[in-house]
Amino acid sequence: MLSILPQVLIDGLTLGFMYAVVALGYTMVYGILEFINFAHGEIFMVGAFVGTEVLLIADSLGLLQEMNPFVAFLLSLLIAMILSGALGVGVERVAYRPLRNAPRLVALISAIGVSFLLQDLVRFTEAVARNEFYLNSPSLFPGFLEVGGFAQVPLKAVVVIVFAIVMMVVLTLFINKTKWGIAMRAVAQDPSTASLMTINVDKVIVLTFLIGSSLGGATGVLFAQNYGTIDPYIGFILGLKAFTAAVLGGIGNIRGAMVGGVLLGLLESLAGAYLGPLTHGAFGSEYKDVFAFSILILVLLLKPEGLFGEAVKEKV
Amino acid sequence: MVKQVIANATGSLFKDRQVPLLLTLLWIASFTLALYILEKSVLAFMGILLSLLLVYYTKTSQTVKVVLGALILLVLIPLVAGDNRYYMEVATQVGIYVAMALGLNIVVGFAGLLDLGYVAFFAAGAYAYAIFATAQANHFIPGDLFPLGGEWFWPFLLVGLIVAALFGILLGLPVLRVKGDYLAIVTLGFGEIIRIIFNNLNKPINITNGPQGLTPVATPVLFGVQMNTPFYYYFIVLFVIAFIVLANIRFERSRLGRAWIAIREDELAAQSMGIPLLNTKLAAFAAGASFAGVVGVIFAAKQTFIDPTSFTLMESIGILVMVILGGSGSIPGVVLGAAFVTILQVQLLKEFSNFLHGLNSSGVISLPNQLDPSKFQRLVFGILLILAALYRPNGLIPAKRNINDIEAIKKSRFAKEKLGILANLNEGKRQSG
Repeated sequence: MLSILPQVLIDGLTLGFMYAVVALGYTMVYGILEFINFAHGEIFMVGAFVGTEVLLIADSLGLLQEMNPFVAFLLSLLIAMILSGALGVGVERVAYRPLRNAPRLVALISAIGVSFLLQDLVRFTEAVARNEFYLNSPSLFPGFLEVGGFAQVPLKAVVVIVFAIVMMVVLTLFINKTKWGIAMRAVAQDPSTASLMTINVDKVIVLTFLIGSSLGGATGVLFAQNYGTIDPYIGFILGLKAFTAAVLGGIGNIRGAMVGGVLLGLLESLAGAYLGPLTHGAFGSEYKDVFAFSILILVLLLKPEGLFGEAVKEKV
Repeated sequence: MVKQVIANATGSLFKDRQVPLLLTLLWIASFTLALYILEKSVLAFMGILLSLLLVYYTKTSQTVKVVLGALILLVLIPLVAGDNRYYMEVATQVGIYVAMALGLNIVVGFAGLLDLGYVAFFAAGAYAYAIFATAQANHFIPGDLFPLGGEWFWPFLLVGLIVAALFGILLGLPVLRVKGDYLAIVTLGFGEIIRIIFNNLNKPINITNGPQGLTPVATPVLFGVQMNTPFYYYFIVLFVIAFIVLANIRFERSRLGRAWIAIREDELAAQSMGIPLLNTKLAAFAAGASFAGVVGVIFAAKQTFIDPTSFTLMESIGILVMVILGGSGSIPGVVLGAAFVTILQVQLLKEFSNFLHGLNSSGVISLPNQLDPSKFQRLVFGILLILAALYRPNGLIPAKRNINDIEAIKKSRFAKEKLGILANLNEGKRQSG
């Protein structure tokens, strides 16, 4: 049973880092607007499709063989980030901004609508373009890394983890050191006071959606590289899990989202591998989603402020 | 100029957005005749269903409206479409969704709790009947007693109701401690959990038969009559809807219903007025769930086959679309929303897709399988949700607010009795004086 442990941990870490970056998108938007951007999982999915399409088109033009795989990967990552960021900003403008002063549930309903709309639009586009709705991504990093002679780490997992860490470090630096980052934190703390300090709140919100969505789109590209096959419905469950990670870490808290994501990925991977053997086959790996949702429910009940969040008293 | 004349004429005709009785009667008669002559006309069938909406807006007394509605539902539709299985099937499906949407309306519309896992209760009711009405229960209950006969359908309507209500309470106890958008996500998670559990509960003990599903579920029997055609289901569903609508109206006007609405409007204010939050919300969950349970039993009997794929998140979202689009908290609105969305799904999209298939096979266009319009459920739901949220957040027929008529209250027989604080005040005066 222990012999598969390194493999399980690596799987858990790659999954966890992807959850962590997607969770950042949820947590940033929630921190500023107190609103669950239900469509964020679909932005991630669109990023995966854009990145994969870039690689597939490069492949059909014969460019992919001549390029360095890292250059091709960076190119697809960049295009996916730009397009998914633009999509995120567009969704905010069309479906969320008119509802900013409406009850929160109305905005949530609009977000659910956007989520379903995007799923079908991607399916539709792929059906027109390729007559199928799922895509197989060309594998850019097929090799393995030998670590200490006991474990083989797939190169793609290393790429996923490294890129996720780079994105998180850059984001942390941006939020802590730059003027715009400080403005974002100010708006999250108190929008009306921030606007009195000559911060353009609307611009900050657009920036938040831009950054969160492009990070989500980039994670989509990582996902496609790691798992190979993508379909329009990958974003929904992954988005829910990433939201769970954000809640686990304390929603609105950037560090919490990162830790929560990695933790949830590891827990899920361990549950998937060991639930079956531990219960003698009564509950197998098919219950790993149940496991993740149960964590969400338990956290909300027992420690709603999450691991790193501050308890918020409701204002009357 | 002409436009203005027409506008004036229609303006005076539809004063206060009401339709004259004569026009309604004419409409009903003409579409009934049309459907009678043109047996397969979708348009005529839709016209008859639309006439129900027209009746709602007719300028006449409540009694006449009820009589007219009952006439259309009980006599005209079965009489004209009765031998056409397809129309009865559509009407039954509309009825099933109307009933479920009315149940969700209690949770979302009255109590303001956004429940994205509503289909779990529907599944609970359906499985409660299907497990015992097939040979499945023999797997875990010894004695070879099953399947139960069709006459057990009737008591199981009640069993489904109770099972689903219990499910609602069990689920609500942990879930209802969180609120707002968190509640939406948690109920969504619970809905998925229940589906996954039903999908995998074929081991260690085989209770739900897992992904293979359960079949054949016994169809209802009443006084020895096998009720296994859409014609009978139509009446069963109609009966259940009548019950649910009555319950909805009674709830809305009851003390509990007012408490739900108070919670929806402002939880803190409601709590400070002495409304027990958890109990009241649990009651909403249980009431909404119980209706879904009853409908689940009918669904299982009608389909004679159920498996976990009938209870996905899409179903929950679909029912939510019906409630939001129609007008959450408004009973006629929810009925309209459910009818509209169901007909859009089962009839219009399908007709359109059949039409395209016809073109496809005759070689006019080439249609990839993925572009089949009947697969565009998500797109349609998505657009409807966004449009409803942006432009009609209160729905097509918004809920009416009760206006307190002060004069009527002053004249009521309770006006003389001084209750509550007033009573104490008087007593205090008497003692001091």
